[in-house]
Amino acid sequence: MNIMVFIKQVPDTETKIKIADDGKSIVEDGINWIVSPYDEFAIEEAVKTKENLGGEVVVVTMGPKRAEQALRTALAMGCDKAIHLEDAAFEGADAYSTAKALAKVVEKYNPDLMFFGKQGVGNDNTQVGQLVAEMVGVGHIGTCIKLEIDGDTIRGEREIEGGRETIETKLPAIVTAQRGLNEPRYPNLRGIMKAKKKPLEKLTPADLGLSEDEVGLNGAKTVYVSLELPPARQAGKKIEVEPEVAAKEIVEFLKNEAKVL
Amino acid sequence: MILVFADQRNGNLKKASKEAISEGKRLATSLSLPLGVVVLGSGAKGVVDEIKNYGADKVFVSETPDAYSPDLYSEGVAKIAKENGAKIVLFPGTSMCVDFAPRVSAKLEAGLVTDITATDLKDGKLVVKKPVYSGKAIATVEYKSDIAMATLRPNVFELAENAGAGEVVEFSVDGEPKAKAIKVEMKEAGKVELTEATIIVSGGRGVKGPEYFQNELQQLADLLGAAVGASRAAVDAGWIDHSHQVGQTGKVVSPKVYMAFGISGAIQHLAGMGTSQYIIAVNKDPDAPIFNVASLGVVADLFKVVPALIEELKKVKG
Ligand SMILES: Cc1cc2nc3c(=O)[nH]c(=O)nc-3n(C[C@H](O)[C@H](O)[C@H](O)COP(=O)(O)OP(=O)(O)OC[C@H]3O[C@@H](n4cnc5c(N)ncnc54)[C@H](O)[C@@H]3O)c2cc1C
Ligand SMILES: Nc1ncnc2c1ncn2[C@@H]1O[C@H](COP(=O)(O)O)[C@@H](O)[C@H]1O
Repeated sequence: MNIMVFIKQVPDTETKIKIADDGKSIVEDGINWIVSPYDEFAIEEAVKTKENLGGEVVVVTMGPKRAEQALRTALAMGCDKAIHLEDAAFEGADAYSTAKALAKVVEKYNPDLMFFGKQGVGNDNTQVGQLVAEMVGVGHIGTCIKLEIDGDTIRGEREIEGGRETIETKLPAIVTAQRGLNEPRYPNLRGIMKAKKKPLEKLTPADLGLSEDEVGLNGAKTVYVSLELPPARQAGKKIEVEPEVAAKEIVEFLKNEAKVL
Repeated sequence: MILVFADQRNGNLKKASKEAISEGKRLATSLSLPLGVVVLGSGAKGVVDEIKNYGADKVFVSETPDAYSPDLYSEGVAKIAKENGAKIVLFPGTSMCVDFAPRVSAKLEAGLVTDITATDLKDGKLVVKKPVYSGKAIATVEYKSDIAMATLRPNVFELAENAGAGEVVEFSVDGEPKAKAIKVEMKEAGKVELTEATIIVSGGRGVKGPEYFQNELQQLADLLGAAVGASRAAVDAGWIDHSHQVGQTGKVVSPKVYMAFGISGAIQHLAGMGTSQYIIAVNKDPDAPIFNVASLGVVADLFKVVPALIEELKKVKG
């Protein structure tokens, strides 16, 4: 089975966000970059599937030079090869132009099964996996928490409001990983050493048959025009009283302030 | 036309769908454009009248496909959008819409912004706001495509009943689905859905075990008509199912009142409930970060406050 997993490097969720002078991006100095947490579930599922069914896992990212570190992490977790879409023209991409480039990678290598995270934390688009599925014309199972592969049929469970549904599709297909799908392994020292020797291929827009107008900011359908800090939440009243008094205060609040009683 | 997709299952129109239609109507009125609503799947016909109450000029209804299919649903919506020259296409931010709206965006080659919390119009074009970086920043986003698409964070946009022409157009979505739902299991029928709840009663590590969720917090939620939420620490401990988790890796909620019991208020938790209108926190640690965002902070032992609160509510409710 030829498996491909797509990952994004994002700021650690603990990172303090500072808005840059341009008023629409964040200051990157001092950010600790990590593999987006959902992508770890995607990597784990890809590697697990290979271990069960045989084949090879190729990990793909589009991003600046620093994103190579994310690829090395994925290789250390058991992926076999890496592809890095790295070029100045890819910068400023939105979900759409990201998917456009990734779809070309899919068309070039024709994997049987592709894993994405449900969402790249930070921008939280929650779109790229489904966009690629539509662009390359395959079915997808979104926010998957349990996956079953049965020949060329795959079934995945996902949470819906108040319950669960099972989606069935045929290979080739895309799965986007939700928390619950598995427990991602930690890369061990041996994995990290081996990762250093695994192949890492770089691709530019031209390598993918894309013009510079189709990728990055040029190819984007949406643009951030500004970034602001959220309105500071005013901490309200803080009380330290007997439980019975506290209970009365809460009920008063629900009645008079929030008006929900 | 402004087009809104209405999420319904078996004839139950989601509250978030009504919010999206209400917002679509506001934009349609500002732009002097008609409002179209598209509704699909078995049960669709049953919600047409309800949709009309929110000001739809046209309701495009198809009882096909019978089961949810991301590719067929997107085909249905894209077809209606194209045939009617839709300029803006809105979706409620439900699990279904978040799943298939990107496919519509690819079909229409239109920009899509998910999880928006506000809209604006600039020179007749849509501009939206969206929380990013765990709610630590708010992005203002414009579109470069002719068609602008968005999914709306549930519980943020106000409901507004309105009059509209209410013309009903039936159509069908045919073809072989690439992917489709083969089984749906409703576990929590009758319970208040977390993302749609007006009040959420949420517990964290401070609650100390599954029993407190099942008994006291559930009892409190029942008294308030609230849904039960949880922090990741409580979910990871196995005290409550992941479907109740609020936060970055759980659900994003925006209730009128969020009540946090024994939750410290980590940034990843705040990412999921920071846009709640009122936050009530009960925590025994006076320095817990949750107090920085609480409209009402109670420094106390939750095991003493919750029973007292249950008693007090029983009194008030008679
Ligand atoms: C990538 C990533 C994603 C994450 N996603 C999420 C997410 O989606 N949701 C989420 O919630 N977290 C998430 N987290 C975890 C988050 O960082 C915190 O660890 C978690 O929210 C802590 O849960 P808690 O507040 O219940 O527990 P704690 O931080 O341990 O807080 C427990 C609180 O209970 C109080 N307490 C204890 N006993 C009592 C008592 N008797 N009466 C009153 N108060 C009491 C304590 O004072 C303390 O403040 C994520 C973390 C990472 C790294
Ligand atoms: N730049 C990127 N390179 C590779 N994969 C990506 C990139 N951006 C997003 N993805 C994948 O798409 C998923 C959803 O991302 P998003 O739609 O941005 O929230 C991520 O979890 C990744 O699997």
